[in-house]
Amino acid sequence: MTITSSNPATSLVPAAPAPAAPTDVETVTFSIDGIETSAPKGTLVIRAAEELGIQIPRFCDHPLLAPAGACRQCLVEVWAPGRDGKLAKMPKPQASCTLEATPGMEVKTQHTSAEADKAQHGVMELLLINHPLDCPVCDKGGECPLQNQAMSNGRASARFVDVKRTFAKPIAISTQILLDRERCILCQRCTRFSEEIAGDTFIDLQKRGASQQIGTFDTDVLGFAGDLPTGASTLDTSGKPFASYFSGNTVQICPVGALTSAAYRFRSRPFDLVSTPGISEHDSNGSAIRIDHRRGVVLRRLAGDDPAVNQEWISDKDRFAFTWQSAPDRITTPLVRERTDDGTRGELVPASWVEALGAAAAGLRAAGAVGVLPGGRLTLEDAYAYAKFARVVLGTNDVDGRARPHSDEEEAFLAHRVAGRTLEVTFGDLDRAPAVLLVGLEPEEEAGILFLRLRQAVVHHRARVVSVAALASRGLERLSGTLLAAAPGTEAEVLDGITAGAPDELGATAGLLGAENAVILVGERLASVPGGFTAVLALAERTGARLAWVPRRAGERGAVEAGLLPSVLPGGRTVADSAARVDLAAAWDVDALPSAPGRSTGAIVAGARDGSLGGLLVGGLEPADLPDPALARDALDRVGFLVSLEVRASEVTDRADVVLPVAPPVERGGTFVTWEGRPRPFPQALVSHALPDHRVLDRLADELGVVLGLGSLAEVHAELDQIGGWDGARAAAPAVGADEPPAVAPGTAVLATWHQLLDNGRLQTGEQHLAGTAKRPVARISAGTAAAAGVADGGALAVSTDAGTITLPVAVTDMPDHVVWLPTNAPGSAVRDTLHADAGDLVRVAAGSTEVA
Amino acid sequence: MAEPRKATGKQVARTAAKPAPKAESRDVEKRSPVGDVGAPVSYEPLMKPAGGVRGFLAPAGGFGVTLSNMFRPTVTEEYPSEKVPAKPRYHGRHQLNRYADGLEKCIGCELCAWACPADAIYVEGADNTPDNQRSPGERYGAVYQINYLRCIFCGLCIEACPTRALTMTNEYELAGPTRTGMIWEKQDLLAPLRSGMLAAPHPMVEGTTDTEYYRGEVTGPTEAQQAWVREHRPDDPTLPEGEGVDAANVQLSDAATTAAEMARLVAAANKQGSR
Repeated sequence: MTITSSNPATSLVPAAPAPAAPTDVETVTFSIDGIETSAPKGTLVIRAAEELGIQIPRFCDHPLLAPAGACRQCLVEVWAPGRDGKLAKMPKPQASCTLEATPGMEVKTQHTSAEADKAQHGVMELLLINHPLDCPVCDKGGECPLQNQAMSNGRASARFVDVKRTFAKPIAISTQILLDRERCILCQRCTRFSEEIAGDTFIDLQKRGASQQIGTFDTDVLGFAGDLPTGASTLDTSGKPFASYFSGNTVQICPVGALTSAAYRFRSRPFDLVSTPGISEHDSNGSAIRIDHRRGVVLRRLAGDDPAVNQEWISDKDRFAFTWQSAPDRITTPLVRERTDDGTRGELVPASWVEALGAAAAGLRAAGAVGVLPGGRLTLEDAYAYAKFARVVLGTNDVDGRARPHSDEEEAFLAHRVAGRTLEVTFGDLDRAPAVLLVGLEPEEEAGILFLRLRQAVVHHRARVVSVAALASRGLERLSGTLLAAAPGTEAEVLDGITAGAPDELGATAGLLGAENAVILVGERLASVPGGFTAVLALAERTGARLAWVPRRAGERGAVEAGLLPSVLPGGRTVADSAARVDLAAAWDVDALPSAPGRSTGAIVAGARDGSLGGLLVGGLEPADLPDPALARDALDRVGFLVSLEVRASEVTDRADVVLPVAPPVERGGTFVTWEGRPRPFPQALVSHALPDHRVLDRLADELGVVLGLGSLAEVHAELDQIGGWDGARAAAPAVGADEPPAVAPGTAVLATWHQLLDNGRLQTGEQHLAGTAKRPVARISAGTAAAAGVADGGALAVSTDAGTITLPVAVTDMPDHVVWLPTNAPGSAVRDTLHADAGDLVRVAAGSTEVA
Repeated sequence: MAEPRKATGKQVARTAAKPAPKAESRDVEKRSPVGDVGAPVSYEPLMKPAGGVRGFLAPAGGFGVTLSNMFRPTVTEEYPSEKVPAKPRYHGRHQLNRYADGLEKCIGCELCAWACPADAIYVEGADNTPDNQRSPGERYGAVYQINYLRCIFCGLCIEACPTRALTMTNEYELAGPTRTGMIWEKQDLLAPLRSGMLAAPHPMVEGTTDTEYYRGEVTGPTEAQQAWVREHRPDDPTLPEGEGVDAANVQLSDAATTAAEMARLVAAANKQGSR
């Protein structure tokens, strides 16, 4: 951990090196306000002025968006050499945000040119003509570029005496985004963002001239009659067609208060907020965020600025889903449950930390063998504490951080290819990659910022994206991607088919991956495909493409690095390697580490059910996320002793004997590790007495008579530095053959499923405005399958197994026959909970009995 | 920290190098009694004593001041038994005003809190909804607190107020035995209803926007507003058929517990101080 260490050679998760300085580029020399400067060729005058520290007012200009010259606020006086080489003044002031610097140019800003100053004053006066004077109630007031620049570059008094233009306000773009059109200055930052960055044009300019305004495709505004144009986009839950996962960014980049969010509207003013930097806990991208809070309550989150990771964007989930941390079901005190003599559970009773830790220690001591299920949302420090606690205190390797479908093949892949190999593929590498192959990964749904970075690579660098999936999602279409259609379970077969000389797309993909810097991104869902990871490793070997594993949750990569796998110890050491065990035992100051192979999540659940495990230590984990939730619940019911470390009341705490409350990310410091392996440390935002997991485990270990030595972040970091990486032997690559795909009987189909970004997840509870922007849950089948099942597009489809039935409206999609796609955890579509099935399993499909809207 | 200290050190060095301060310090040493132990210094008054007739009358002259004041009017105020009204522009306790139809003027913009140099004001805004329209426009002040332990009565807050919702009264009896009791809530600060006003919440005057309110074009509640209140709060005393604004103000002052407690304390203190 280089948070404390200056020597990256000794750190477990080394920090990313500083970006390399740009190599020699052609520069031009010109002057601004009489100061001569050099800038790379193609630099905009406004950027060069920023470098010199010369302020030029602007609204439409944004460094990550293409120049537009829409607001005209950045006018400057320009003298440039003409054809005859003589310096001549351009006849009119020029917009510096669209003007590229040329050799010998002389730019005079408002600081040295009365003409530029007058021009800027005129533009500002024009912009303010229709801008309402409602700054006192406007959410942007206090952090508003228009307000600030009207003060610095505008007239002190207005000459406009007529009635201002007004609109009905606000109109809801979605349940989350509200638009006050009269405040808008038509800078088009929002429309350019949705077009250039997110690629989902959910708002655009409407009408022309004086009536020009931003809006959705509003038939009332446009007076549009006739058939409405429909695209490939799906409806959101409110029935609007342009659901976007990135719409919150438009609120942040709006230079006036025209776009506001329903969740923050009128909640506070910027000047009484306290801002703390943070890292998003929602996905494995580690997006930088800014947490704004007042009096111990988080009021909003904004995107942080980190060019290496999320640039200046975050997904709506990162931005708006934070109320879970202060939900009413937060556990604030330790709880202990008495068991009666016949083993039935009594009520949970609040207890002191001393009592609860005592009860937990006594119970774990009496339980015999204990399994550890820490869940996938831990920080690196917590994951390390769990890993050490299991090995040193409980003396077992029965610890697995994977709370999702998993396989031994995946574990071998992680040990072989992922653990201890950080920063082999980074976000920056995606920009350089000529081609990216996605396997078992839907970037828009499962890794929001990764999608934007991929799209940037596609738009700016013409990267080619190829996806091995059951269907071409809207996200893939916006990446201009190619689909290698694979029915669930046949991904390994398709991957094996990507060979040079193969026909059609397969051969073309092999060619693309053969290029230098090509990247294969593999998702966690490939674990449910036997032979999938073996095939991916073989493909990477065959084509020379670089390989990275992109999990969904924020803690998954950190868990792999910290050794939260039954066969992996911190830093990529393997349990089977005695040298690694000795090395770690010396670092941990114990005689020996357990050498018996540990159990995976599925085996731990089974062990707790059949009694071979007497106790369970469970972290932030939902039984509904496990492959078979019914089995997991039964195991939690039956296990002899259950200790739960949780933030909020859950299905696990309902069954736990001892519940130890832990702090959510906003109330503690820590480090998330991105899928790249980049450590993302974050500070504590709110004052809190809640303890992070590693401190609770440290105290629990104390109670069990073992000194864990992980009582503070500094201690954990010192230990991570001391342990460092592992240069010894690696785990062997998995070699698992692909299964034969199951025979599909009439009336059945193979299930394909993945999580949507906004669904019934636990970290999104209490956010009604955000939930409204989720995609409407639909079942996707091909036209042939729909005809066979007797369902028309939009009709109800019942997908069932022996365990239950999910009924959703059908969206007929271009995809392989005999495959049905369902969202994994959308409202009304809890696939694992209802069907007890996962991708690749056979399900029955039939027309639904009830008509679903 | 290191740099300023360095700079100070340099300054000292420079000062020490100058000859003039050295001479001065020697001067001081000479004058100090410690430096001159054993050498008694005779007392010499700096003021020359008066001589002649003035010197002769001096011992009785002081009585002239006393005698002349005995025939001037007294300036002592017999507070608290006799209360003198403050000057009209005296900066006293704050008040949150209402429009003529009873809606609150405060829009929860927090500019008062921003302007406050003592950080004495805390405001939280909230949305006006059709069922709960408390001020004209979209936003109203849901939480409004003034901490009179911090307030320095400078009046910057009322200058900042864009709707003239916040003004200052002449009330100056603000003291109390507890810290929490000195934090006045919104219900304590709200102005009493005047005759003709209709208690909020109720909809805005039909066909108006907040602009008409700001311009003072709303002069009282309309039939439609009264009908709305009649439908939602039939017992409201501020309705034409109700008990009247006095009864409503009693209800309001019942809610204003901090103000009531303060009034009780002030009355008790005044009773103690009265003769």
